[in-house]
Amino acid sequence: MKKLFIIALKDVRITFRDRAALIFMLLAPFILTLAMGLVTGSFWIGSSSGISDIPVVLVNQDSGQLGIELVDVFKSEELAGLLEPTEISDPSQGRHLVDEDDAAAAVIIPAGFTDSIIPSAGSFNQQEQSFSGEVVKIEIYTNPLRPTSVGVVKAIVNEFINRAEVVRIGGITAITQLLASGLITPQDAQKAGELFGEEQGRILEKGTSILIKTTLGEIQEPVKVNVLSILAPSMALLFLMFTTTNGGRSILSERAMGTLPRMLVAPTSTSQVLGGKAIGIYLAGVAQVGILIFASALLFQLRWGDPLAVAVLILATVFGASGWGMLVAAVCRTPGQVASIGTALMLTFGILGGSFLDVESMPPLVQAMSRLTPNSWGLDGFTTLALGGSLTDILINALALLVMGVVLFTIAVLIFNRKGLVER
Amino acid sequence: MSTMLEVQNLVKKFGDFTAVNGISFDIKEGEIFSLLGPNGSGKTTTISMLSTLYTPTSGDATIGGHSVTRDAMAARQIIGVVPQDIALYEELTARENLVFWGQMYGLSGKALNSRIDEILEQIELADKAKNRVKTFSGGMKRRVNIGVGLLHKPRLLFMDEPTVGIDPQSRRSILDTVKDLNKQGMTVLYTTHYMEEAQELSDRVGIIDHGDLIALGTQDELTHQVGQTDTLILHIGENDDPATLVEAIRSIPGVKLAETSLESAPGQIDHTVSVITPSAEEILAPIVAKASEHAIKIRSLDIQEPNLEAVFLHLTGRALRD
Repeated sequence: MKKLFIIALKDVRITFRDRAALIFMLLAPFILTLAMGLVTGSFWIGSSSGISDIPVVLVNQDSGQLGIELVDVFKSEELAGLLEPTEISDPSQGRHLVDEDDAAAAVIIPAGFTDSIIPSAGSFNQQEQSFSGEVVKIEIYTNPLRPTSVGVVKAIVNEFINRAEVVRIGGITAITQLLASGLITPQDAQKAGELFGEEQGRILEKGTSILIKTTLGEIQEPVKVNVLSILAPSMALLFLMFTTTNGGRSILSERAMGTLPRMLVAPTSTSQVLGGKAIGIYLAGVAQVGILIFASALLFQLRWGDPLAVAVLILATVFGASGWGMLVAAVCRTPGQVASIGTALMLTFGILGGSFLDVESMPPLVQAMSRLTPNSWGLDGFTTLALGGSLTDILINALALLVMGVVLFTIAVLIFNRKGLVER
Repeated sequence: MSTMLEVQNLVKKFGDFTAVNGISFDIKEGEIFSLLGPNGSGKTTTISMLSTLYTPTSGDATIGGHSVTRDAMAARQIIGVVPQDIALYEELTARENLVFWGQMYGLSGKALNSRIDEILEQIELADKAKNRVKTFSGGMKRRVNIGVGLLHKPRLLFMDEPTVGIDPQSRRSILDTVKDLNKQGMTVLYTTHYMEEAQELSDRVGIIDHGDLIALGTQDELTHQVGQTDTLILHIGENDDPATLVEAIRSIPGVKLAETSLESAPGQIDHTVSVITPSAEEILAPIVAKASEHAIKIRSLDIQEPNLEAVFLHLTGRALRD
């Protein structure tokens, strides 16, 4: 066991003495974070400005209660600092404003939305004793250049829809039961539905405080988020992949340099060498992300969230990323191949993982693929924590990353065992 | 003297290529044994198997009674390895390298530090201990490379062509170090393609070529195989073709063997011709005449007593190549 850490610490020491590697590991993420912060216009060190005044276009074509309710949510006092809603009547104009980057998103509430939620007599099927009809969907037309703002708008709409869905299912269940038991007639169903909807609407109204992180659990007040707290982990995770693949490359570099064979002719087993290298990759990654987070907290005054949860997420994310580093090293034959594939992987994962674009605006297949990247789980987790989430909220992310790491490490070790660390 | 290393029918194949073809030899405790052979003859592959890095295709070897195939960890405790290529971490200092490798051999604490101090004195780099290896000259790196192999005071030291590509001064220093270590009781297996090094250092020599051990014995035993012969080394003009001269010399009565020697690289013509003859004096005049006949200028000429180069030439019909 001791030798594992001797090998690992040697690797960490060498990594942090490599100026070129340090530029990629630490300097590049900072520069990109700053650059993207400036581009988005949200970078003001020391200011309290974060994600605020998000321009949202609201198009309410629904004459019912829920449409009005959703508009009210966007215009509520609780979200006044966060959102800058504009209500218009023409959906195409709303989409145009988004296309022109004058708005982060257009929330288009179609006609019949309320009716599709609240049960009515017209939708009652006498024979099946149930309500029919499909729910009319709200359209959120999003601006891919503003992924974070879009995420906030989606969070609000999703929360509202979740609540409305509860209302709908509750209403249908209640009225169906009343009809089935003969307490009301089908003719009375519409009236009953309207009364039910009004009552539930009042309940919704009382609890209007839909906050951008409501889905994360109980909160007391709205959370202000600095966009850099999204950008900084994006860039940290992007360049984490460089560190882990670079670490994987060191296995093949050491083989070429002769230091790996030299370790293997010392009283050291293959598993000790491989384990030491893997721990070295992991520690370098943890150190990199840790330094970036600590430094960005100091320099940009970012709030990363619950320190314990952040630490857990760092450990889990680096574990998943290290698995990829080991796998790349295992399948490649030369350090050059690792460098090429590592760079490609870093960029691909950066895109798929949401470091550059909003993954939710991409096709479902791409969204599914993004879940294969540590970037996606990690970024999702860091965003959750920055929005006020707790350790419980990122447990699934951490678990997914740990599973990812275990699977990839296992595959890498099997490949190394089959190929041999050196040509034998 | 007890046997430190015993090699039995060691074979190593890479696909269809046989790198080592069933070699057997032993090394007594306290001996310097050289494996002499040209590049690609199987020296490094042999050392790689003996140091447990490569698994033999067949055969086995024991080091201090421990099989390299069945008891590799125990064998590794006994051996020190100085690889042909410099296997150090350039970003670490000389001392940091020695600390790391010492730890790999299970050394720690004061014992490790005092041993490192000894090694640094021995390789004459005590004043450079805190400098990164990447700032060292090739010779200095070679010395650290050797120092790493000595850290745990191995009973048997494998040195794989440790003087390749270094300046004469560093080479001298390394050869003296090997002799000092041997005086202290260390057994050494030394591989080289430099005949002079094998001659200077070795108690016994094994000559290896194309994976076969073609001769084995003391230097006297080996040169005796060649018989009472002289070796003429002819240095010719840069624009002259040695192959033409070799063909001409072979027709002279009394010439046992004539060959261009020290072919540096494929396609590169070296301007030296080696000739083996029972009497150099008798064939000198005909050689000069043949050279003149083909308009080849002989710039200088050496006459050597029987040596390992002649043995190799005698056994293979080829000169030891650089």
